[in-house]
Amino acid sequence: MSFNVAAVRRQFPILSEIIDGQPVHYLDNGASAQTPDAVLDAVRAYETTGRANVLRGVHRLAERATEAYENARIEVATFLGVEPMEVVFTGGCTAAINLVAYSYGSLLKPGDRILLSELEHHSNIVPWQLLRSRTGIELDMIPVTVEGRIDLEALPRLLTPKTRLVSLAHVSNVTGALLDIRAVVAMAKTVGAKVMLDGAQRAPHGPLDLPALGIDFYVFAGHKAYGPNGVGVLWARPELLEAMPPFHGGGSMIGRVTLAETTFAPPPRRFEAGTPPIGQAIGLGAACKWMRGLDWSAAHAHEMALVQRLMDGLQKIDGTQILGPASLQSRYPVVSFMLDGVHPHDVAQTLDSFGVAVRAGHHCCQPLMDRFDIDGTTRVSMAPYNDNTDIDALLTGVQHAARTLR
Amino acid sequence: MSDQLYQDRIVALAKAKTGAGKLLAPTKTARRDNPLCGDRVIIDVKLDDTGHIAEIAHQVRGCLLCQASASALASIAVGRDRAGIEAIRHDAERALGREDGEAGEPYTAFAPVKAHKSRQECVLLPIEALQDALS
Repeated sequence: MSFNVAAVRRQFPILSEIIDGQPVHYLDNGASAQTPDAVLDAVRAYETTGRANVLRGVHRLAERATEAYENARIEVATFLGVEPMEVVFTGGCTAAINLVAYSYGSLLKPGDRILLSELEHHSNIVPWQLLRSRTGIELDMIPVTVEGRIDLEALPRLLTPKTRLVSLAHVSNVTGALLDIRAVVAMAKTVGAKVMLDGAQRAPHGPLDLPALGIDFYVFAGHKAYGPNGVGVLWARPELLEAMPPFHGGGSMIGRVTLAETTFAPPPRRFEAGTPPIGQAIGLGAACKWMRGLDWSAAHAHEMALVQRLMDGLQKIDGTQILGPASLQSRYPVVSFMLDGVHPHDVAQTLDSFGVAVRAGHHCCQPLMDRFDIDGTTRVSMAPYNDNTDIDALLTGVQHAARTLR
Repeated sequence: MSDQLYQDRIVALAKAKTGAGKLLAPTKTARRDNPLCGDRVIIDVKLDDTGHIAEIAHQVRGCLLCQASASALASIAVGRDRAGIEAIRHDAERALGREDGEAGEPYTAFAPVKAHKSRQECVLLPIEALQDALS
């Protein structure tokens, strides 16, 4: 089935902007994706016709705001294939991981182990290191293959009866490699470990069926999934959420407060202390609805055709090397590369002068950079609205960098 | 293309690699990292009895701007003391538009970086490392 990329592009106002005389070739979606009219309209509707705090007021604006906020939770839940009351709105993906590290982490004992990998984003490493400092848990790291995949052959020897949690990237934000969830879950269950997936790079590429994955926790960010920034999502199995103590204390998350003690609200409210990011959550709900409206088999095929065009073009430029899977199998549209003799920041800066936005550097994955003994990469991360002109502009820019900077 | 950050003078400074390497028995050594981009500079200096720089060498793991800046610095650092390096810092800051006034040579080469605030730290990193070494 053909994919009407022009029709998708028309829904994203920024893509028709001319900035400093150049069109926008936005290939930094892994950092933050752009936002469609559907999201902008939903946020504007909240701000202009229903702005109020949620859950507390009895006036009609408060009722509108609360209804829109809870409808957003339903939209997110539908997108994930789960129940709305299992969806916790957080301040972002990092905030969601920190919530789990603090709250679920408080249930762990010294000597319990958590298994991560060398390719994790810092946000899936540092919260666990902080937990280790607080509680005396131990961390283990799954190595990464030369192809930039988590080496699942190492998993059996790293899983122990003390392993309580395996927390891994669903899709690598550097190599684009897709995790073999079925294998991870099967092996983790043999020792009774829970499985958490960092879905920051997967959620922007279509609806999920989390219960079918057999996992226990899932997190993702709003702003990478065409929604506003300042909002993220934690999903967890209801029995886990029920067992987890609060992370932040404050309004809305309580049952009853006296000067002597406090009882807490059931999930998800227990984990949404204070005024939540209301407009942002409403925007994210609209983004999830928008994503559900796309034909993702066609969209994914389109994205992977762009990956192929990009990899073919890079291979024709002398001195380029791709960090990540060489094939299109089990990967998503994130492609990192090095250009021999040119620092990634200089590649990215040159691309900017061609109107092409990419990310360069360590991508908050310094342990992965250490693994490959590199300073960084130039990363191209795609969305369904990207087209061949974006890839061709990028390739022209890389050729220019190769010609002038070495 | 919309602008020309990488003008010939900057590229030439980077390619010259003036002072690239390390000293066998440095009097002082300092390392600076930029946690945002991962650039890393190590500066070695030999000082004479009066605290003036007799020899300088640098190892840069960083972008072209950082390499060009280290090269520029090494080309004029010998014979200077701490105050002299402070004067170089002001030259660089002026070239980047962060201070008023005319920049001295060779830092006029970095004028194109004025429009790229996110890259200015790349230029300052070698100077900061040298200042650390002399502090």
